[in-house]
Amino acid sequence: MNTRPYAATRRMLSVTDKLFEVNWGLVLLIGIIACIGFAMLYSVAGASFSPWAGKQMAYFAVGLVLLIGASLTDIRFWMSIAYPAYVVSLILLVVVLVAGHSALGAQRWISVGPIEIQPSELMKIALILALARFLHGLSVEDVSKPLRLLIPLVMIAMPAALVLKQPNLGTTIILVADGISLLFLAGLSWWWIAPAFGAVASAIPLAWRFFLHDYQKQRVMTFLNPESDALGAGWNITQAKIAVGSGGLTGKGFLQGSQSRLNFLPEKHSDFIVTNYAEEFGFVGSIALLLLFAIVIGYGVQIAMSARSQFGRLVAMGLTLNFFFYILINGAMVMGLIPVVGIPMPLLSYGGTAMLSVMFGFGILMSVHVHRQVEIPRHSGGII
Amino acid sequence: MPLFDKKDKSRYETFTRRTLMVSGGMTAVLAALGGRLYQLQIKDGDLYHTAAEDNRVNERLVAPPRGRILDRFAVELANNRRNYRVLLVAEQASNGTAAALDTISRVIALSDQQKKRVMRDLAANKRFVPVVVAENLSWDEFALVNQHLPYLPGVQPDVGETRAYPYGAELSHLIGYVAPVSQSDKQTDDSDALLDLPGFRIGKRGVEKEFDTEIRGKAGASRVEVNAYGRVIRELSRDPSTAGKDVYLTIDRELQNFADQKMTGQSAACIVMDCQNGDILALSSTPGFDPNLFNVGISNDEWKTLTTDDHKPLINKALGGEYPPGSTFKTAMAMAAVQNGLADLQVNCNGALQLGNNTFHCWAWKKGGHGHVDLKRGIAQSCDVFFYEVARHLGIDKMHDAATALGIGSRTGIEIPGERPGFMPNSEWKLRHTGIPWQVGDSLSAGIGQGYVIATPIQLCTLAARIASGKAVSPRVVHAVGNVVQPRPVPNPLPFSDEAFQKVREGMNAVTNEGGTAAGFRIAEPGFEMAGKTGTAQVRKISKEERASGVKKNGSLPWALRDHGLFVAFAPVAAPRYALACITEHASDAHPQVVIARDVLRFAQQRDVVGLKTLYPVNAASEQTGTRRT
Repeated sequence: MNTRPYAATRRMLSVTDKLFEVNWGLVLLIGIIACIGFAMLYSVAGASFSPWAGKQMAYFAVGLVLLIGASLTDIRFWMSIAYPAYVVSLILLVVVLVAGHSALGAQRWISVGPIEIQPSELMKIALILALARFLHGLSVEDVSKPLRLLIPLVMIAMPAALVLKQPNLGTTIILVADGISLLFLAGLSWWWIAPAFGAVASAIPLAWRFFLHDYQKQRVMTFLNPESDALGAGWNITQAKIAVGSGGLTGKGFLQGSQSRLNFLPEKHSDFIVTNYAEEFGFVGSIALLLLFAIVIGYGVQIAMSARSQFGRLVAMGLTLNFFFYILINGAMVMGLIPVVGIPMPLLSYGGTAMLSVMFGFGILMSVHVHRQVEIPRHSGGII
Repeated sequence: MPLFDKKDKSRYETFTRRTLMVSGGMTAVLAALGGRLYQLQIKDGDLYHTAAEDNRVNERLVAPPRGRILDRFAVELANNRRNYRVLLVAEQASNGTAAALDTISRVIALSDQQKKRVMRDLAANKRFVPVVVAENLSWDEFALVNQHLPYLPGVQPDVGETRAYPYGAELSHLIGYVAPVSQSDKQTDDSDALLDLPGFRIGKRGVEKEFDTEIRGKAGASRVEVNAYGRVIRELSRDPSTAGKDVYLTIDRELQNFADQKMTGQSAACIVMDCQNGDILALSSTPGFDPNLFNVGISNDEWKTLTTDDHKPLINKALGGEYPPGSTFKTAMAMAAVQNGLADLQVNCNGALQLGNNTFHCWAWKKGGHGHVDLKRGIAQSCDVFFYEVARHLGIDKMHDAATALGIGSRTGIEIPGERPGFMPNSEWKLRHTGIPWQVGDSLSAGIGQGYVIATPIQLCTLAARIASGKAVSPRVVHAVGNVVQPRPVPNPLPFSDEAFQKVREGMNAVTNEGGTAAGFRIAEPGFEMAGKTGTAQVRKISKEERASGVKKNGSLPWALRDHGLFVAFAPVAAPRYALACITEHASDAHPQVVIARDVLRFAQQRDVVGLKTLYPVNAASEQTGTRRT
């Protein structure tokens, strides 16, 4: 396949070497998906680049630079900033609770000058990096030792609690899912996993009683029976299902989706953008999109498997799973399989922060690929 | 080159194994999402497609133009006129709706009440919904608004259609009016979706009400695309509405107008009928009201004026007024008398009839009575004593049979709502309802049209028509609805001999032409004579004491206590074509009802209403007089 001898066997890689090693096929795939996003944003704005499609293209351009930059950065650098990034993100999460401003009833944003930052987005990547670094230092047996296990659990629980407090249930779920997945991949014993599942299952009624906000309960209730409130809270689910379902086999055609054009779709430019895609391109188009996502995930898995360092493997798999969870939760939500939680579809939904964090994630993923042959001593993991 | 130490190798194997597991899980989940897509888009695709269309497409009703109401010569009695309106769209009012309203009020007059209503409507509707600011504007006002349009952002001039009654009050009781749909209309009426259309009007009275569903027409539909907020994006298709059917009446507008003019100022009713077939030529009840008021919206003051007027302008006295028929009833009694072998009854009237302890006075008791009276003179002089004798001979049940055969005591079935039944008693009825057997005295009172007998003017007109024609005609006011001629039942034969008709007609001729009670009112023009019968309906009881001290002259009583004057008539005498009944409430002394009857019958004959060619779109096959319009 690759006739060129792998440069990474050398101690140092030149920038040119790295540029050759960047996984351009994956970049192209990401670009194609992003273009679908632009087309959809153009469509839901009534065949107009403003207010969304134009800006989204700019975000993507910036994201592309970020991606290339991150992929050329040495994996050891990412490892070295894993803990500081985690700490900074954690502090920002506290700050956002104290001083952040709210949108739609949730405190998620802080302003730094003209830039709006959503610390929970930073935390997703920081948590993956930090956990990967910690687990890099542990053997399979170590992972399941109670005292050793306690540390990553706390690392997951702290940001999760803070994000839940905002409240942002969707991101909380993703953070926890990312963290648990990494523990699993690192070899967490089934003796831990099985009882944990049992505990979670039994904790659901308690969470319902004490931790969920009214609006979250409301969402769950309307999800379970959307027709009970077809014009109120069930509206989103009902209209999204109508949009997807009415696409049929081949869809209504580009710019022909009546559900979004006539404003029946809620949040048609952000969380529910794929419903417009499904309406306009039908089953054929939707399956094609699903395949594109699947190929991206396949790339991620392949990168993880080919990385030499445990850190690289865990980071790659963590980022891939993070991407997957987004697709899963958003896809299931807009198709009425799970309650409405505010999770955008990566690369498609409008939003600068989301776009940049996704692209940055792919950048680090590619950094793992570029630096797949780099060996990292075990002792650089764990707690320093 | 050892790439992995031992521990790292086990880590790597674990990682690889678990990654493959996770990948399998991800594949399964993505496949599940694909399955869900299949379920939504392929399996239930049609269902959701319909739902999306339901979202997108809104059916809007298109109101049909209401059918016209025309008279026998195709004169439009009710039609549709242009309604000049001014609408305001909140989202286009760039200076705010209050400012826009202010500017409009400088161009056309707007009351504070109107402004308040507009602001309320604006608040209740979405910002793109046009709200009516003013309607039924004159052309001048409308032109003024159009002229100032550049300075009136958000204002839309609009031309709609609304009902119009060109002849106003004179046809109000006959035609009725249209008004907005009320809650109770929706409950009782058919399920026509048009009733829910904002601003829709339905017939509330008269012909407008009786034939409302036919005149209304069928709604059309406009399929429009709307967005989630209900704003119309574009029209997709349109089914035109079906216009309501025109209704052709048997009325002659000229005659109606003439009668109405003659009755001005009176609380009165007058009906003219073609006595050969029952076609109503004029049916007037005064005072009337302006039917246009109810269409455009009647004000509280106007409503109050109508409801408190002691002349009762909202009551159609021709159908809904029930009066003791008084002496007009003697025509029916005379028919019964001849039929029951009393044709040659001779009575000596000395002013009263003694029955046990009761004295039954003749109206001419002061003059000492009428002396020798036979049937003809009894009718001509309206001798009460003669008809007391007739009643005593006949008994109430024979009187009842004759009167009901002539149309008294039950609804005539005229196609106008609000007809009252009147009442003709019989012996069985009294026993059942009061427990007291029928008394001879009751018969005597009934014999002169007093006591329990009550009749409506339309029944009295039917009575006159049946006597005049010898046919059991029933009144009919609608000739055709659209192209469908209304059924006209063949009159049943009347249970009276030719002799009876002959004798009674002679008596009625004597009333006007041979020195009878209405001799002063004969039609002088040769060939246009009328025959008739006067009547007075007492409004109050005259006590014994009053009779002893001298009955007050009617004119000296308060208006509401004066007697009603009645008159039934037919013309011409030799070959009757017109039957008439007229009542003037609380005005019997100067016989204004006879004056009205005389003038109306003269006018009808001179105009030759029944001889003129009708302008119906179709004529019944049996119809002799009219010819098909070409």
